[in-house]
Amino acid sequence: MSVSDNRNASGWLGSEQRRLLIQEYGIFLAFLILAAVLSVSNEFFLTAGNISNVLLQTSINGVLAIGMTFVILTRGIDLSVGSVVALAGIVSASFVTSSATAGISGAPYPVALGLGIGLLVGIACGAVSGVIVSRFSVPAFVATLGMLSAARGLTLIYGGGRPVPALTPAFRWIGTGNVLGIPAPVVVLAVVFAVSWWILNRTRFGRYIYAVGGNPHAARTSGINVTRIQFVVYVISGGLAGLAGMLLSARTGSALPQAGIAYELDAIAAVVIGGTSLSGGIGRVTGTLIGALIIGVMNNGLDLMGIQSYYQQVLKGALIVGAVMLDQKRNYGA
Amino acid sequence: MELLLEVEGLAKSFGGVAALREGRLQLRAGTVHALCGGNGAGKSTFLKILMGIFNRDAGSIRRRGKDVEFASPADALASGIAIIEQELSPVPHMTVAENIYLGREPKARFGGIDFRAMNRSAQRLLDDLEFDIRATQYMMNLSVAQMQLVEIAKALSHDAEVIFMDEPTSAIGEREAQHLFAAIRRLQAQGRGIVYVSHRLSEIFQIADSYTVFRDGAYVGSGALADIDRPELIRMIVGRELSEEFAKTSTPTQEPGIEIAGLSCPNKIEDISFSVRKGEIFGIYGLMGAGRTEIFNCLFGLDKPSTGSIKVDGIEVTISKPADAMAHGLALVTEDRKLTGLNLSDSVRANICMASLPEMSPSFAMDRAREAQASRDMREQFQIKAARDTMPVSGLSGGNQQKVVLGKWFLRNPKVLLLDEPTRGVDVGAKREIYRIISDFAAAGGTVVMISSEIDEVLGMADRIMVMRAGRSAGIYSREETNAQSLVHLST
Repeated sequence: MSVSDNRNASGWLGSEQRRLLIQEYGIFLAFLILAAVLSVSNEFFLTAGNISNVLLQTSINGVLAIGMTFVILTRGIDLSVGSVVALAGIVSASFVTSSATAGISGAPYPVALGLGIGLLVGIACGAVSGVIVSRFSVPAFVATLGMLSAARGLTLIYGGGRPVPALTPAFRWIGTGNVLGIPAPVVVLAVVFAVSWWILNRTRFGRYIYAVGGNPHAARTSGINVTRIQFVVYVISGGLAGLAGMLLSARTGSALPQAGIAYELDAIAAVVIGGTSLSGGIGRVTGTLIGALIIGVMNNGLDLMGIQSYYQQVLKGALIVGAVMLDQKRNYGA
Repeated sequence: MELLLEVEGLAKSFGGVAALREGRLQLRAGTVHALCGGNGAGKSTFLKILMGIFNRDAGSIRRRGKDVEFASPADALASGIAIIEQELSPVPHMTVAENIYLGREPKARFGGIDFRAMNRSAQRLLDDLEFDIRATQYMMNLSVAQMQLVEIAKALSHDAEVIFMDEPTSAIGEREAQHLFAAIRRLQAQGRGIVYVSHRLSEIFQIADSYTVFRDGAYVGSGALADIDRPELIRMIVGRELSEEFAKTSTPTQEPGIEIAGLSCPNKIEDISFSVRKGEIFGIYGLMGAGRTEIFNCLFGLDKPSTGSIKVDGIEVTISKPADAMAHGLALVTEDRKLTGLNLSDSVRANICMASLPEMSPSFAMDRAREAQASRDMREQFQIKAARDTMPVSGLSGGNQQKVVLGKWFLRNPKVLLLDEPTRGVDVGAKREIYRIISDFAAAGGTVVMISSEIDEVLGMADRIMVMRAGRSAGIYSREETNAQSLVHLST
């Protein structure tokens, strides 16, 4: 087969160039159009306050979705992130609460310790999922479904089913503070995004992730340790879920045992809208970030228009399916 | 005599690029017609138009003198044209009969399926063709060759008069191929017309009566195979004179390259020993399933041998994973480039660099300039034709994809090259280039072990040949003391 009869498309650009163009910028265009429509239809949308608000609301899902991107790129999935948000949130909170009853003895400890513990909890959950998927070849869907249930259970056991309130102001800063007028969670998201972009696009490890997701057999034959890569992506996803859990509790001021329920779905939605293929090997973390922003902007826009949240869910569902339908169309012709 | 099928002036372009400019073919009843052409000659496009998958831009298709239009594969089938594709896609968890009658199962009462009638008619079909297959067997338990026979039965169940076969022997062994040829002869005797598409010229001369050659999307010529010889046909396919098909220039030295002793892996291979010198091309010939690939898997750390020793440059080495093998200078070009050789969704450049990433990124971050340079070097060295090296490797022709796989390994400067069917599914022109690459490597002192099920290829390229049969070695012969007949004889 030659280049030309490979894809069934026609037009003024070669099918290949057109496909690349859409792949690279299509999602960004969609985002701009959505933002443009909203700014025209609502004068409040483009105010600094509202933009800051959208970014703030996107930050937690954005961090989760970036972790999810690593996993999905290797043909996996991590359903446990919502539960890990709650577990990491409540365990870290118990170290930085000034409540005498809810914290562990000696609390509050310094913020750094609380943050370290929260990250460790997330990393540990990811490591367990990662071992089960990579070493024991359990399908990722099943392994992380198990972790979804187990981590939620551990959250309830750890906190006795009660929230951990009264987090110290120093800890709360990561959820409520500002850096040069930018909300701290947005700064966290930006840093996570930048580091992830660098890893996926500029490092050997990033190449390994694409190779393993694109064709694990070829990756193995090329001397790549496929098991290790599959393990590490779950550790990354778990660690970022831990971070997201702390952002959430720091913002609300207390860690709730029912926090993060169904967060994995929004994270997967952002990844999928961003154009990452669930069959692995194809996708960009930039797409994921825009996918998360689209969800955030849409929710915000519908709020501004005074549309009930029930309708928002229906629209979000349509958006997810529509994005993948477009994806199929451009990948396989129509 | 009325023609079963007559195609003239068929054309199709994609986005301004002509994939087929002038497709022409005439098929008579009771003949086997070979459709020849290199990769990119337009054969695939031609077949897809006749299958009703692509719409033609121009040209005419006549079935028994009547003009026909196909809007879908169902239309093509209805007019009596069936195509057996190169990559079969059966439903593995269904029976043979269910696969044959998929979508048009005989109905029973209450909207159910009359399984008894279905099995009976499927069995009758298989028996008529003298295929040793039961209609109630599950598809997944059949060999690839048997699946092909089922496809033939399926074509006949549609009462197809014109049957296209696209590279039917690319995944089956010599003996099974003979079985397939017997089936083709029976179809021929029934007065059907078969169009046989293959890169393997020896098969074409064995099975076909007449030929048509396409080159660069257009008809070049046709005629009776009795009136043409092999070099002449090759000349038509590649469009230039080929001095010699196999460009063997290397001679073995006395230094040992790789030595294998007593290699065994339970239920796969038993007691395999051979040693290959530097500059030598060592061929391994055998049928599918004879344990050829399994030897490479053990050597490369993809499988664990139970016993046996491996020496590279005279020094005993332990290999437990591919990275170990690579550290000792081994490189493995696997049998199926799509399954185990390439990351199809990724770029040419990323694929070329895939096995050299630690070297490309001494400090975790990629050295992108070096990556680009490596890709440029390999594309130049192997004349890989790609518009840009950032395009997905899936957009390349088979021959160029294979050269990407070779490039990936040559980038590592290997000492020992393990090649598993290095020219499968590539056209004559690319084959020659690959032979040249292999010869140059050996001439420069490299050690080559090459698995092949193409007899011409092993006889043309290898200095010595080991024949595999049922997981064991049936002997090692130098190329002077053996010939095609004895290789086939030893392997079966």
